[in-house]
Amino acid sequence: MEANRIYPDPSQVREELIQKYPAKVAKKRAKSIIVNDPEIIPEVQANVRTVPGIITQRGCSYAGCKGVVLGPTRDIVNIVHGPIGCSFYAWLTRRNQTRTESLMDANYIPYCFSTDMQEENVVFGGEKKLKIAIQEAYDLFHPKSIAIFSTCPVGLIGDDVHAASKEMREKFGDCNVFGFSCEGYRGVSQSAGHHIANNGVFKHMVGRNNTPSKGKFKLNLLGEYNIGGDAFEIERIFEKVGITLVSSFSGNSTVSQIENAHTADLNVILCHRSINYMGDMMETKYGIPWMKVNFVGAESTAKSLRKIAEYFGDEELKAKVEAVIAEETPKVKAVIEEILPRTKGKTAMLFVGGSRAHHYQDLFAELGMTTVAAGYEFAHRDDYEGRHVLPNIKIDADSKNIEELKVVPDPELYNPRKTEAELEALKEKGLEINGYDGMMKQMTKKSLVVDDLSHYESEKLIEIYKPDIFCAGIKEKYVVQKMGIPLKQLHSYDYGGPYTGFEGAVNFYKDIDRMVNNPVWKLIKAPWEKAGNGSGLAASYVTQ
Amino acid sequence: MLLRHTSKEVKEREGLTINPAKTCQPIGAMYAALGIHGCLPHSHGSQGCCSYHRSTLTRHYKEPVMAATSSFTEGASVFGGQANLLAAIETIFSVYDPDIIAVHSTCLSETIGDDLQQITRKANDDGKVPEGKHVIFASTPSFIGSHITGYANMVTGIATQFAVSTGVKKNQFNIIAGWMEPSDMREIKRLSKELGVRIVLFPDTSDVLDAPQTGKHEFYPKGGTTIAELRSAGDSISSLALGSISAEPAAIGLEKSCKVPFETLDIPIGLSATDRFIMALSQAAGVKVPDEITAERGRLVDVMADMEQYLYGKKVALFGDPDQLLPLTEFLLDLNMKPVHIVSGTPGQRFEKQMRQLLDARSPETNFRNGLQADMFLLHQWMKNDPVDLLIGNTYGKYMARDEDVPFIRFGFPILDRIGHSYFPNVGYSGGLRLVEKLLNAIMDRQDRDALEEKFELVM
Repeated sequence: MEANRIYPDPSQVREELIQKYPAKVAKKRAKSIIVNDPEIIPEVQANVRTVPGIITQRGCSYAGCKGVVLGPTRDIVNIVHGPIGCSFYAWLTRRNQTRTESLMDANYIPYCFSTDMQEENVVFGGEKKLKIAIQEAYDLFHPKSIAIFSTCPVGLIGDDVHAASKEMREKFGDCNVFGFSCEGYRGVSQSAGHHIANNGVFKHMVGRNNTPSKGKFKLNLLGEYNIGGDAFEIERIFEKVGITLVSSFSGNSTVSQIENAHTADLNVILCHRSINYMGDMMETKYGIPWMKVNFVGAESTAKSLRKIAEYFGDEELKAKVEAVIAEETPKVKAVIEEILPRTKGKTAMLFVGGSRAHHYQDLFAELGMTTVAAGYEFAHRDDYEGRHVLPNIKIDADSKNIEELKVVPDPELYNPRKTEAELEALKEKGLEINGYDGMMKQMTKKSLVVDDLSHYESEKLIEIYKPDIFCAGIKEKYVVQKMGIPLKQLHSYDYGGPYTGFEGAVNFYKDIDRMVNNPVWKLIKAPWEKAGNGSGLAASYVTQ
Repeated sequence: MLLRHTSKEVKEREGLTINPAKTCQPIGAMYAALGIHGCLPHSHGSQGCCSYHRSTLTRHYKEPVMAATSSFTEGASVFGGQANLLAAIETIFSVYDPDIIAVHSTCLSETIGDDLQQITRKANDDGKVPEGKHVIFASTPSFIGSHITGYANMVTGIATQFAVSTGVKKNQFNIIAGWMEPSDMREIKRLSKELGVRIVLFPDTSDVLDAPQTGKHEFYPKGGTTIAELRSAGDSISSLALGSISAEPAAIGLEKSCKVPFETLDIPIGLSATDRFIMALSQAAGVKVPDEITAERGRLVDVMADMEQYLYGKKVALFGDPDQLLPLTEFLLDLNMKPVHIVSGTPGQRFEKQMRQLLDARSPETNFRNGLQADMFLLHQWMKNDPVDLLIGNTYGKYMARDEDVPFIRFGFPILDRIGHSYFPNVGYSGGLRLVEKLLNAIMDRQDRDALEEKFELVM
């Protein structure tokens, strides 16, 4: 695609986007609005503070920690320490599906737990109430784990959730209680909360159960949260090819799986932004390499499976992977061939998440649709430009406050799964271990990359480009649809999905076809509002 | 079982709330501010608050919900949020150009002690508020009360910061809407018009959160109470506050600031509460109730009489917000039904007393609790001990309804999985008719589903 063939010069678009801002704001925003060039990959300002007053898509650290990373594990009682709202809003709204083996198994996902902090707790401290709440949760449910999440006032009044957790953990003996300092004001977005969650899960969960896991090809699925059943589809494929899933961080997961994760031989990372810390830390401590994969898109799924087989280097596995791809592909092909004539040549914009705006471009490519502009809500430069920029990322005051765990090889459990030479050989074969190239390399020249898109910019972009579909979240959904453009939610999938794997690709093709070709978009104007109508009497029939 | 860990045995809790029947103040303030024309709600706190409130309101309305945030970081939390709010005000007026910014606080800004009155005054003094534009505020700490408290606080802020008493009374009446849907506000306006009474209704989210599809996004939709109307509220003859918890504080504020006398009524849900509303408004304005309203009432009573056999004695569990629960409970009693369990997370002795009074007179055996630990977990446990025929509440009730296999009617906030609430009212006689239809459908569908083949009825 040559964006400039159809659209105005993207650098002019950029000027237009920042025109209305006060000078200081415009200067800041300009650094986050970049005309892409996949050859040189220009720098994108990312993971910096949103200007107060700007209508942003972003949420808070608590949302990233409790909502995203810890929320999907079904047998932890997640107690939110704070006023009632924080726990209420994160209650079942992220669609993390989970499937217990029996009705006897623990599943706390449909529950909402809070200390419902009151004024007196803010004035005199809330630790006492927190400990009572932990005790009550223990007495009522006897869970394996209780996690405590700090909300804004907690950090400010100095409640020590870690000390309270430790005290209760030691008191119970059979229940792992741990806390997260994920106050909403930490960092600049959900991203800080991801990091805090990674640290806590690594410190308090991973490595607690050394029972060797069974299976020949054992891996962990990192950064997959089973929204709309995405993990179920990946699990189905893994089972078919004979890959053992030791644990998932954290869709459809349990405490004991995560505690046993360090016995796997590979970590595959889907959402790089939210979980890359875990990949790095497990590699350092246990010697498990990680590999970036993408199960969004049929071709990407096939490619990712081949990468995994290559990593394990087993001919039988490779053959099985090929057999499964061959078996699954015809169903996908049949659907896309039917749909493609109706979607080909259409355009999409994706402004969402920290990985999804990248991954879903693969599905749009399969639909013959072009991504004319994309950006993340809370990603960092490495998610845009690739991990090679990591050493050059300036650590600002907001990031400095997020703890970097000092991880060293475990004296007993460190066991490099591949030798240096083996890793080198895999690299030769094009297998990128512990690496990620980011979104921009894959996007076309002169497409637009915008980090932390504001409401104002989104309306401008839609006016200028008139895309056939816009992908974002619930807050943007009806704004964009009021403009007559369908919006696909890529957090909640508009309550559909799964969109991963082969079956997911088919679901997505059908959903996008349905959305961009829905007759409703042609029904917006009343007949009397259309030119040339409304005068004289004339009979009209539905069949006309 | 979705809620498989909920046991029958009720144990008193002091620290842990499970499945709350309330949420926090700021979302109520945001909702109220959306009912003012040309107003952009602003959340003075972390980004997450604003994001969560917008998301929840959007899911409930399937409509754009615009609001801005002070985007606190750790620095702001330590040094105070003044700089953030001043910067926000400047950015908002230049980029989004509202007539009004309605700032509400959060637990974060309240804990660090930001003074919204002082900061908004400074914004005015520093010339950050353009000529003819306004910044209003309400203190809405999340650790006090509930979303209903936040709504009441913002409505009070709106009333007291705009209304002016010129000394010349206007032939109009204020109706202060308690927390209700845009459809309800539209119905209140229709009934007032039918009565021939000039009213100023505030807030008014009709034509804001039920906006038509036009192919264009109106950042400030057509609806909402205008500044001119709000100013004139100080000259109104009197105020009717619909709801003692969510609306009365604003009426009190208006009485203090502009000496407008007020009367507090229930939100007109159901027959009796609507009767009182029509009586109060017609008497205040000295107008005769037109035949059309009497006929509307008659249609509701007709259905109540004709279908009474299906409703009689049916046991109902309900949860929700005070000003809606009171008239709804009364309506269920008027329908000869049995409200057996009632829970509301919103604390307050006033509500407790009102509900007790109603129940003592007509249903003394009802389980009722409000405030801390009055949550859906408790309600569910009560339902396990004394099963019901029907559950009424917001969308979260569907988990209990499914587990207990009880018919479920969505009522209250938030409703995340159905439409209708924003388009069809619950208030007035027509709202009552709609409620009766819903009750009957739920009960009769269940009868049809469960009937033995030989007992399956064609005519009911």
